[in-house]
Amino acid sequence: MQEFLDGLIAQGYLAAVPAEIVYALGIVVAAAIVIFGFVLVVAGVTTFIERRVWARIQSRVGPNRVGPQGTLQWLADGIKLLMKEDLIPAAADPRLFKLAPYVVTMGFVAAFVVVPFSGALVVADLNVGILYLTAVTSLVVVGILMAGWASNNKWSLIGGIRAAAQIISYEIPAALSIFPIVLIAGTLSMQGIIRQQGWFPTDWFVFHSPFTFMAFFILFTALLAEGNRTPFDLPEAESELVAGFVTEYTGSRYLFFFLVEWGNLYIISAVLVTLYLGGWQVPPITDHPVLRNLLQFLTFFLKSYLGVVIAMWIRATLPRIRVDQLMTTCWKYLVPLAFFNFLGTAVWVVIWPQGSRVVEYLMTALGFGVLAYFFHRVAFHLRRSRAELLLSPFA
Amino acid sequence: MSLAGFEVEVEQVGRNGLETEEMTLNMGPQHPSTHGVLRFVVKADGEVMREAIPDVGYLHRSIEKIAEKVGYHGFMPYTDRVDYVAAMFCNQGWAMVCEKLAGIEVPKRGEYCRVIAAEFNRIASHLLSIGTMVLDIGAITPFFHAFREREKINDLLEELCGARLTYNYMRIGGVAWDLPPGFVEKASAFLDRFEPLIDEYNDLISLNKIYVGRCANVAVISAEDAINYNLVGPNLRASGVRYDVRRDEPYSVYPEIEFDVPVGTGEIGCVGDSFARYWVRIQEIRESIKILRQCFKQMPDGPVIAKVPRKFKPPAGDAYVRVESARGDMGWYAVSDGTEYPYRCKVRTGSFAAMSIIDKVSRGLMLADLVTVIASLDIVAPEVDR
Repeated sequence: MQEFLDGLIAQGYLAAVPAEIVYALGIVVAAAIVIFGFVLVVAGVTTFIERRVWARIQSRVGPNRVGPQGTLQWLADGIKLLMKEDLIPAAADPRLFKLAPYVVTMGFVAAFVVVPFSGALVVADLNVGILYLTAVTSLVVVGILMAGWASNNKWSLIGGIRAAAQIISYEIPAALSIFPIVLIAGTLSMQGIIRQQGWFPTDWFVFHSPFTFMAFFILFTALLAEGNRTPFDLPEAESELVAGFVTEYTGSRYLFFFLVEWGNLYIISAVLVTLYLGGWQVPPITDHPVLRNLLQFLTFFLKSYLGVVIAMWIRATLPRIRVDQLMTTCWKYLVPLAFFNFLGTAVWVVIWPQGSRVVEYLMTALGFGVLAYFFHRVAFHLRRSRAELLLSPFA
Repeated sequence: MSLAGFEVEVEQVGRNGLETEEMTLNMGPQHPSTHGVLRFVVKADGEVMREAIPDVGYLHRSIEKIAEKVGYHGFMPYTDRVDYVAAMFCNQGWAMVCEKLAGIEVPKRGEYCRVIAAEFNRIASHLLSIGTMVLDIGAITPFFHAFREREKINDLLEELCGARLTYNYMRIGGVAWDLPPGFVEKASAFLDRFEPLIDEYNDLISLNKIYVGRCANVAVISAEDAINYNLVGPNLRASGVRYDVRRDEPYSVYPEIEFDVPVGTGEIGCVGDSFARYWVRIQEIRESIKILRQCFKQMPDGPVIAKVPRKFKPPAGDAYVRVESARGDMGWYAVSDGTEYPYRCKVRTGSFAAMSIIDKVSRGLMLADLVTVIASLDIVAPEVDR
């Protein structure tokens, strides 16, 4: 980026402006391109795909009117929301009410800085990458609490308080499930963690030891809770709290909360894929730098999108748990288990600093065995219910 | 602070030196999970409810008074609106009370048509009830699966009487139309397909660990309370009281049909909790399927409606009948003064009684459980107010 700007200055463009300002503007433009070109599109398209995935699960058709196969539905929804009147309730605290969506969006967009899309495609490979990511995503809870409080609506308030309690509680098992990987990899950098893994499943950290295998599921659960996804969608539980902390929001402000929720899904999967599922690692089939990076990007994107689809699937299947059950799950089960994994991994790293090949192969076999059993059950249920499958995505 | 009709005093509770106050929440009349326009004034201490006072009357349409103005035949379409989720039972109740006033005998085939229509409607109503209950707990897919099957029942009933929700199918003295040609085959095919789907539904949601955790041992109503608060139907049976109007005070052709009356057994959770009420409904769907199959087999030929004069003037007197509606014992009372118009009509419905127990059972529960309680009691707003 800087070289490109230096080149521009050398050619005589922008000579009247001090170089620092050019750099700053350059970063703003680059950030805008990333946000509008990727982040918003991913978040928007995810809403469309989620609706279609749900529709198939629920034997419906789903949106198919706007654009070919309804693929532009998300744009239409976004434009509709932008056109809506922006209401601020008379009793609300207007400044906090307006600020909240920005805080939430900031916490979400800032996370993309360290998401490693490929070996070269990353905004900044910070040496504290994963720590930075957990820190900035916590900004979301500040925004949600702000929104809940400033709306001056009791349902919003309950939603905001629930979100704060939930996200802060689940940060602990999430962090405790990130530590094992840091122990094994010996680095906090996202790229560094991926470089320690390989493209073949046995080299992934999820199959490194029984402890990481367990930690993977704990992390997935905890991140679902942090992202307010079913079965942990209590802060915006429609049937209980109307719409939770977004009850009083309309138009573009509502749109921001909406985007963050669906965009966060992608971040959740990206974290899981980076830490546990080998990130962008691809087989060494090409030396061409562009081609290799493209392949790595596709691998990373597809892997993390699979996680997004699984989260959709979970949301379509499971009911919501209650507040006390939420806390019980976290403090009585997830936190002790995560601690156990953390200690276990520490011992493991001391005994086998390079990891044990035999255990890695066994764990991989176990993982694929679980997957095979899962598909066997799915097939059994499909046969028994005599469901008429509609496998074509275009129908 | 005062909410319409309720003077709310804000209590200052000093505990550990902290000033805390109870929060008064106004739930409804417009709220996503109040199943119509119900209103509760909830006093909550954080997430724990201290009180949930139901406020009825938002859907009052003077249906009973309308009866006095439109006459016996003319009132039939209005009865659909008493409980629009299970309109057949209201039809049946009104038809039966008029027949009792005038001493009319309904032809056998007419009675069978009534039972077939009513039992289909019971399945549809229970599907809606369990579907909305799981929706209130946050599961979206089972709701659509329940509604998919309910749509097919609606298709069948549309073929039968031309309407999908407010049927207006029954008449004083019988039913409006005989079963259309091919109806029995279509209906049997539907039942064959539908019955195994109940197992699928149970696997999908009923026995789901989270779902059971949300419903089991929540809002337990003892048999004694259930009787004292006048609960009826599945709500009463879930508390372990084996009372079903179809069996204990048989009407229509129910004495000729074999069926069980499922009660709450407490296999999962305990007798009388939210899950028991849900589970009784699932089992009642199976019983309704059994009843329908027997009806198709036993149905005689013949007329479906008795000769009833167009100017229907029952002799002076009064009559009370009970119908086992999807929401339980539904009482219809009519007083005739010998004219074309009833002197008085009164409907006794299950939802109204169920509303009264909500405050008792919901004290000390979490806020999120209130929607479970409302849904598990299967309250349909128009039936509360009429």
